[in-house]
Amino acid sequence: MTDNPSFVPEPAGPAPGSEPFLSVRDLQVHFPTDDGLVKSVDGLSFDLERGRTLGIVGESGSGKSVTSLAIMGLHRTGNARSRPHISGEVRLDGEDLIRADAEHVRKLRGRKMAMVFQDPLSAMHPYYTVGHQIIEAYRTHQDVDKKKARTRAIEMLDRVGIPEPAKRVDAYPHEFSGGMRQRAMIAMALVNNPELLIADEPTTALDVTVQAQILDLIRDLQKEFGSAVIMITHDLGVVAEMADDILVMYGGRCVERGSAEKVFYEPRHPYTWGLLGSMPRIDRDQTDRLIPVKGAPPSLINIPSGCAFNPRCPYADVPKGGITRTQRPELTLVDAAEGADRHWSACHMSQEERTRIWTEEIAPKL
Amino acid sequence: MLVYLIRRLFNVVATLLVVSVVTFGIFFAVPKITGSDPALMYAGRETNETALAGIRVKMGFDKPISEQYLIFVKGIVAGRDYNTGVDSTHCPAPCFGYSFKTETPVWDLMLDRIPVTLSLALGAAVIWVIAGVATGVVSALKRRTAIDRTVMVGALAGVSLPIFFTGMVAPAVLVYGLGWLDVSNYRPLTEDPGAWLNSMILPWVTLAFLFAATYARITRATMLEVLGEDYIRTARAKGLTERVVIRKHALRSTLTPLVTMFGLDFGGLLGGAVLTETTFSFQGLGTAAVAAIGAGDLPVIMGITLLAALFVVMANLIVDMLYAVIDPRVRLT
Repeated sequence: MTDNPSFVPEPAGPAPGSEPFLSVRDLQVHFPTDDGLVKSVDGLSFDLERGRTLGIVGESGSGKSVTSLAIMGLHRTGNARSRPHISGEVRLDGEDLIRADAEHVRKLRGRKMAMVFQDPLSAMHPYYTVGHQIIEAYRTHQDVDKKKARTRAIEMLDRVGIPEPAKRVDAYPHEFSGGMRQRAMIAMALVNNPELLIADEPTTALDVTVQAQILDLIRDLQKEFGSAVIMITHDLGVVAEMADDILVMYGGRCVERGSAEKVFYEPRHPYTWGLLGSMPRIDRDQTDRLIPVKGAPPSLINIPSGCAFNPRCPYADVPKGGITRTQRPELTLVDAAEGADRHWSACHMSQEERTRIWTEEIAPKL
Repeated sequence: MLVYLIRRLFNVVATLLVVSVVTFGIFFAVPKITGSDPALMYAGRETNETALAGIRVKMGFDKPISEQYLIFVKGIVAGRDYNTGVDSTHCPAPCFGYSFKTETPVWDLMLDRIPVTLSLALGAAVIWVIAGVATGVVSALKRRTAIDRTVMVGALAGVSLPIFFTGMVAPAVLVYGLGWLDVSNYRPLTEDPGAWLNSMILPWVTLAFLFAATYARITRATMLEVLGEDYIRTARAKGLTERVVIRKHALRSTLTPLVTMFGLDFGGLLGGAVLTETTFSFQGLGTAAVAAIGAGDLPVIMGITLLAALFVVMANLIVDMLYAVIDPRVRLT
């Protein structure tokens, strides 16, 4: 990869010797198009342990969903001509999924790793009953007869809180409400007890009242099954409620990563500040206006050669001690003295400068 | 469902009544307005006033148009008697009257022609659906490859080339070039199945080529659209094999719009495939209609028009019923 920096800092890892459950290293997903190479994900690294939830946050087009599809190996399906170039490593339980045989990855999909999508109405096949679709997911990976699979489907529907599961198992998706459909989607994703669950904006298409129920459900199921969860969203509220760790993406790269506490209370990247400032809060004075992040997300074909956020950054003119605009900021430890609670950000401003801006200028306004 | 069916059948009858009023109006009122005499058409060249008066009484031309229409409809439903007072001819139901030219009952003529058109339409339909859908699916799956481009160029040719052209090229290649077939005129299936098949293949291929091309294009476009649907991504995320994803999840959605198209195309074809029948000198409903129009044979034109309308309306009804079976979101109420 030509313009990718050779130095990618290793994120916080577990004790030496044991590999993290999911480990993503320098993931790149590039789509060749007629207009040029679209670098949807350009050098992303993170780790995730069983039982933990990682929230990936970012605007539309920041590469969140593309990352999840790459982990699932879904970019390798379908028409060969429209597949992206993928490089880097996605190690699930010690196995590199990028280099693994496609058929092998297919067998892992739905069994070891499963996914819940944004809009449950369009994500379920309109012509098949909910039960049929869950049974299909189960029988693809388990050698059981239809009757057993049906019992399992009813059990799962019951588990995700669908009333009268023995009856609703024969209903079609359009006969469910939005929240019920998403519950059914979750039942379908969890039917094979996956160890990794990726939820791609699972509540965006739902009523606000239903959103909290779905999040509660995912959290409960995670506790019960001890699976690792990646929660992809643009809604910081969702992340605040769910995530142990947060990864903020911008222009296909990670700009800040750390524990939820650190990223929420001591963010060290101007883009994260922008996200926090644009989040409506009930405890805020109504006369205060939301502060939007000015400008539009960068084109992924011509990502600015330096910091991708530079054109929109309110602090672009702050002197950075000789660093030119074409130099790309790398992820660096915010405070090297911190132990397990590591916090990384990618910004050219000095740590002192950012700490000062956050505590003096940004935090008081939030 | 049953209530829906009954209501739809009422609709079918109503539609056919409207069609019959319009055709009757055109074909019987227009001669009145333009001053031509339908009785003269029956009478032939050598005639006199007495004979014409007799024909008018016999055919009912002396009665008001509204009454003539009612007699006409009654004839179709229950048969009618042509009564001159001297002699009476009974025309059993369904009676569409007598041809001006041959003086044979229109229904008999149509009965004679229906097997030809039906053979043509049925066989061609089987070929075009299989060939069209199969090539469309392959083309979609191999999008932007040499296979896809070749198939789509072929489909473009199929859509663009008129029947009378392909109808001449097909025998040139298959009969005289490759020698796979013999040229033969239509032979009824009941008489000699082998000869029937031999006589049908060229017209089938010719007619099917035209439709298959359209179906391939529609199938390809629909399939590509379906493959981009979220539920296909879900199916893959579940770990289904690509085979199951395509055959079970994608194909079923792709076929739905084709059912509508097929119903209308097939229903329309049953009314007569004029160009194909003409090209291969088949005596089907289409050629009969064309001949009747040329000769001003009003009863035959009316009969075939009504029959064609019946086919289209019935095809529509069947398509709507099928739709409810295919797509559970469709409620028949």
